Amino acid sequence: MSEGIVYWLQQVLNALQLGSIYALIALGYTMVYGILTMINFAHGDVFMVGAFFCFLAAVYLGLPFVPTLLLTMLGAALLGVMIERLAYKPLRHAPRVSAIITALGVGIFLENFTLALAPYPKNIPMLLENVTWNLGGVSLSSLQLIIILLSLGLMFLLDFVVHRTPVGMAMRAISWDKTFVPLMGVPVDLIISITFAIGAGLAGAAGTMYGLAYPVIDPYMGIMVGWKAFISAVVGGIGNIRGAMIGAYILGGVEIMVAAFLPSTYRDFVAFTLLLLLLIVRPYGILGSPRIQKV
Amino acid sequence: MRKTLSLLLFSVLVSLGVAAWGAEKTLKLGVIAELTGDMPAVGASCRNAAEMAVKEINDAGGLPVGKEKMKVQLVVEDNAGKADQSAAAAQKLITQDEVLAIVGPNASRYAIPASEIAESSETVLITPWSTNPKTTLDANTNQPKKYVFRACFIDPFQGGVLARFALENLKAKKAAVLYDVASDYNKGIAEVFREKYEKLGGKIVAFETYTTTDKDFSAQLTKIKDAKPDVIFLPNYYSEVPLQVQQAKRLGIDVPFIGSDSWGSNELLTLGGADLNGYYFSTHYAADNAAPVAKKFIEDYEKTYGAKPDDVAALTYDAFGLLFGSIKSAGKADREAIRAALSTLPSYQGVTGDMKFQADSRDPIKSAVILQIKDGKFTYFTNANP
Repeated sequence: MSEGIVYWLQQVLNALQLGSIYALIALGYTMVYGILTMINFAHGDVFMVGAFFCFLAAVYLGLPFVPTLLLTMLGAALLGVMIERLAYKPLRHAPRVSAIITALGVGIFLENFTLALAPYPKNIPMLLENVTWNLGGVSLSSLQLIIILLSLGLMFLLDFVVHRTPVGMAMRAISWDKTFVPLMGVPVDLIISITFAIGAGLAGAAGTMYGLAYPVIDPYMGIMVGWKAFISAVVGGIGNIRGAMIGAYILGGVEIMVAAFLPSTYRDFVAFTLLLLLLIVRPYGILGSPRIQKV
Repeated sequence: MRKTLSLLLFSVLVSLGVAAWGAEKTLKLGVIAELTGDMPAVGASCRNAAEMAVKEINDAGGLPVGKEKMKVQLVVEDNAGKADQSAAAAQKLITQDEVLAIVGPNASRYAIPASEIAESSETVLITPWSTNPKTTLDANTNQPKKYVFRACFIDPFQGGVLARFALENLKAKKAAVLYDVASDYNKGIAEVFREKYEKLGGKIVAFETYTTTDKDFSAQLTKIKDAKPDVIFLPNYYSEVPLQVQQAKRLGIDVPFIGSDSWGSNELLTLGGADLNGYYFSTHYAADNAAPVAKKFIEDYEKTYGAKPDDVAALTYDAFGLLFGSIKSAGKADREAIRAALSTLPSYQGVTGDMKFQADSRDPIKSAVILQIKDGKFTYFTNANP
């Protein structure tokens, strides 16, 4: 292969890896918004706590990769449900601003709680034998492959759950109409809890994979990644699950490609200008549709 | 009975009051350290060494000032790894705690804002670890600040040392640089390295940047790999370097890495482990090749804190040494007198080597060492004199 193509392919792989992690987190934002029209700003910090769960499971319990991943997802899911029950449920009928401020508060609480327990950055051990293959000049690591495939697998599973199962149907129904759906016998509280559990569980999976790919973790790591995932969800059309995945791969791709072909100092400036332009053309995101206010 | 009791109580109170009145006055010194935030290991080393330096003086009965001996009291402030909080901490120490002088902050991006406050409030500030030239220079006039000193060498010197090391010791004709463009220290030293390396005949084939919270460097590293350098320079902090080296290796890059004094924390070894074996960085002193003055410090520090002192600890200790020396020779606890004494202090033998301030500069003249990471330890490799 010519050097240009090798370089380009390598950057595509880099973009796929970054986009996969953004996508797993973006799903949590978009699911909660879809059901409650609320932006869960604590979600980035749930992802961070997920990475710390992964650290605890790997170092203190000495578990291998698969149990660590499952345990982290379970822990994060429980955390998500707990946050919903304790912090958001009492405010479900309060003005939406109160819920958003509460979410920010929960995020800051999680950061500082973790900071109090782990003031130093932590190193996640290598849970997987990492092999790097050289495919005609393109380096592909087994870790990269696992991250991309596992993320895609989880996303397809989620898509299946939402579109093909009774629980998913209930989620979509509540998202459609919160006044009459409960009258049809749909257990709203339970479905909302399940939504938070799935969203946070995916953030936990993202935390594990992020921790393996970038093994130095700290209590503030969720802030920037959380923002980027939130932006992905908005670009894809917040509330729309497939949109969040597309948005995340677009953001990952734009970030990597700008750094790849322009001076890397311009990366964020060019990347976010492009995303703003996209939102001017499609204000509801790529797959989003305007919500019609019913009177 | 009650009368006797109250009388007794009264006399106890009076004697306590008299004791407090009669006790020698204390010297208040401030420390600003990165205790929380993105480099807590730096802050912890700084505070540990400061407490040790002050305890030694107090155990010896205090610091001789004029005719009396005065105890030293330490006021430690956390800057939370933030520029604005560094400035606020300096303000608080100067106006509220009324300290005589300040030691810290350490990283240049925190030391620069704090130094502006110290300069405008006419209080001496010595930063142990900030190597960016801007820390001691006035932003408007480019002249040395009056009240801001440092205990370490500066980046133009360090950048030159590394450029020469890459060319002469590693025989690397082509170098790539990856640095944090949002941080004063990283940006400063990357630019100096580029200038000196090219002047000495080397070629910079890639000059890539990222911003402080980034964890993914794959795009930049792929670009660097494509440029085929002989060596990669990472003038970045210890919490980021392991990620950069690991990701580079995953992309199939196998050239040596070199770094600057921001690598010199034991945390680098905890976070990076075997991935960093064999690489070099320049720093302030080598714990395994120390002068007799330094040996005692290293021993005491290890006994108290159970770890080898890193360069921040050594430099903080030296900053206090410089401060104590100048208070002694000033002969009074006065901010202006301390400044005058510090700038004319004769050569000082510190843990990190001999240092001396030139008349028109706030930066000491001293030498650097190159360390190699070998089997999970920092090992002395060579010396570089000014």
